[in-house]
Amino acid sequence: MSNPLLTVKDLRTYFYPGGGAVARSVDGVSFSIDAGETVGIVGESGCGKSVTALSIMRLIRSPGRVEAGSKIEFDGKDLIALDEESMRRIRGNRIAMIFQEPMSALNPVFTVGDQIAEVARIHAGATRREAWKKAVEMLGLTGIPAPDQRAKQYPHQLSGGMRQRVLIAMALVMNPALIIADEPTTALDVTIQAQILELLRDVQQKFGTAVLLITHDLGVIAEMTKRVIVMYGGEVVEETSTPDLFTSAHHPYSEGLLHAMPRVGDKRERLNVIPGTVPPPTAWPSGCRFHDRCKYSWERTEHEHPPLYTIAPGHVSRCHLAEEPQRRNAPHKPLVARRSIDAA
Amino acid sequence: MTASSAGNGQPLLSVRNLTKAFRSRRGLFGPAEVVYAVNDVSFDVHDGETLAIVGESGCGKTTTGRSILRLIEPTSGEIKFAGQNVAELKGGALRRMRREMQIIFQDPFSSLNPRMTVGAIIREGMLIHGLATRAEADKRTGALLEEVGLRAEYASRYPHEFSGGQRQRIGVARALSVQPRLIICDEPVSALDVSVQAQVINLLQDLQRDHSLTYIFIAHDLSVVEHIADRVAVMYLGKIVELGRSEALFSQPLMPYTQALLSAAPVPDPARRRERIVLEGDVPSPANLPSGCVFHPRCHHPAKDEACARIVPPLEEKEAGHFAACIKQPPTKVTWEEQQRAGGVREPRRYLPLAALH
Repeated sequence: MSNPLLTVKDLRTYFYPGGGAVARSVDGVSFSIDAGETVGIVGESGCGKSVTALSIMRLIRSPGRVEAGSKIEFDGKDLIALDEESMRRIRGNRIAMIFQEPMSALNPVFTVGDQIAEVARIHAGATRREAWKKAVEMLGLTGIPAPDQRAKQYPHQLSGGMRQRVLIAMALVMNPALIIADEPTTALDVTIQAQILELLRDVQQKFGTAVLLITHDLGVIAEMTKRVIVMYGGEVVEETSTPDLFTSAHHPYSEGLLHAMPRVGDKRERLNVIPGTVPPPTAWPSGCRFHDRCKYSWERTEHEHPPLYTIAPGHVSRCHLAEEPQRRNAPHKPLVARRSIDAA
Repeated sequence: MTASSAGNGQPLLSVRNLTKAFRSRRGLFGPAEVVYAVNDVSFDVHDGETLAIVGESGCGKTTTGRSILRLIEPTSGEIKFAGQNVAELKGGALRRMRREMQIIFQDPFSSLNPRMTVGAIIREGMLIHGLATRAEADKRTGALLEEVGLRAEYASRYPHEFSGGQRQRIGVARALSVQPRLIICDEPVSALDVSVQAQVINLLQDLQRDHSLTYIFIAHDLSVVEHIADRVAVMYLGKIVELGRSEALFSQPLMPYTQALLSAAPVPDPARRRERIVLEGDVPSPANLPSGCVFHPRCHHPAKDEACARIVPPLEEKEAGHFAACIKQPPTKVTWEEQQRAGGVREPRRYLPLAALH
């Protein structure tokens, strides 16, 4: 077996907002991605999924930092040990990123063609003319009609879906081995979202690019990924094949997310809820970080932090139910609901 | 009228030919142009029901909601609430009408005054409308907070101390405080995380049952709409293009735009792959509307032809209580002869690519 393309091991990214507070936004995250693979990270706001992506790109700025002992290995290189200059050569070249808000990710005072061409000039040392040609070619590849005209336009002249295509074109210029897409369709309308997801799928098949897809939308996960990582409280709480998550989720948080979602074609009187809200990263609960919102919690979960248990080959879950499965037969009102804060 | 449903008795709210045009200028000195945000929209809302208005950004759903409350002055059309013409009301009468129609906004961060305590926010409406003395209002504020799942003590805190879901609950309590009959919910859960979204949806449904509320639920998330709505109106470029009972519309969408919209939503089930209609291009600019059917440039109906670009399709009843605006989806009052005169070459025929959706 060959080595994975990207290996993240025990990644800890903490923020120090002052006053002695420490936000442990990403707290011991490990996973890997093979070449050409599409892996999803799913979770709600504040679970640490975007900070994980920014850490891989080395884009964490003060007051945040990647803590000592964290390992990010890409293509055999230790990204954390790289100097800034070498990291710049990897960013946009070997690993590209697509952001949620295409308007703020583009520079409003340059044409989109210039911005795409810049990537080719910086990373491939292309001449202006070559770079412009490349930009037009990439725009055409992402399905923008009349790419030579569009290249001369500014971001504000394009629709949201077109801007996202521009970002994808920019990400593809250097034919990277890995694209990190952070909520790439969240700001888009549903019919435009369908176009962009189809484009990402095409790109991935055509170029064999690995994709790390970060989203809160389980529908997007189901349609785009083969393997999925569920994050909660700055940790990986479950990782398994995508079909497996939807049929046999093990972690109560994954189970809760799946049940809380209304689905087209599913008429229920009431939605199941996860009571309470995601705690702030400065104050993760003791023991299992989900225990106060969990309907199976028991004493052990309040004190003992669960490791990632192996449930089946390729399926891990950070829940003591792995050792005490009979507890699943005794669901109860979660602690937060009993404390009547945010009773649902 | 076209869009009145088969309900009994008078509708609580009846909207007829509502139009809102905005004037804008292309560039700083460019020619003035008129943008139709809402274009000749008619529908009824019956007591106790939930009517959802769905569509993508810029389709006019929010403008429709705000025009009903006269937060935006409509350009033309008639809005009747409980028999009264909303457009003609002034001063005290307008204020009384607004007490009965409340709104919950999308963004729980910008819709609560950061300088007011939660108690003051909820109390304000009751005092302005003279529904309670200060002491009574305080008591009711506590009860309202508890009803929406918060603690009565929270009345003394400020909005920034709460999470998005909690703030949305505060917004709900504020709307409820004046005992309205109709609440316009403008994307009330789209800024919330999945787990919190479910809490707020359940709360809205409980309150509707307990207070016999009527909802106009404006949303872009189809799964949420199917869950909560009795009837659904689909808007595209300022027009209602389909309107029907939720089950009928979701199981057998008739308007090609609705078909594409439903098929575009990602399904959270990897085992169920389904046919997807991917629309070409973007929504055209409302400043430069396509002629005929506003959807025709992106339409995938196999019988689409020149007639679609020439004839404005009426919103007509295709099946009992199920309205759609498409001259190629029979039955239609726009006869085949008429269509041929307008350049039509393909006879109308039923096209239901998603008939087996679920």
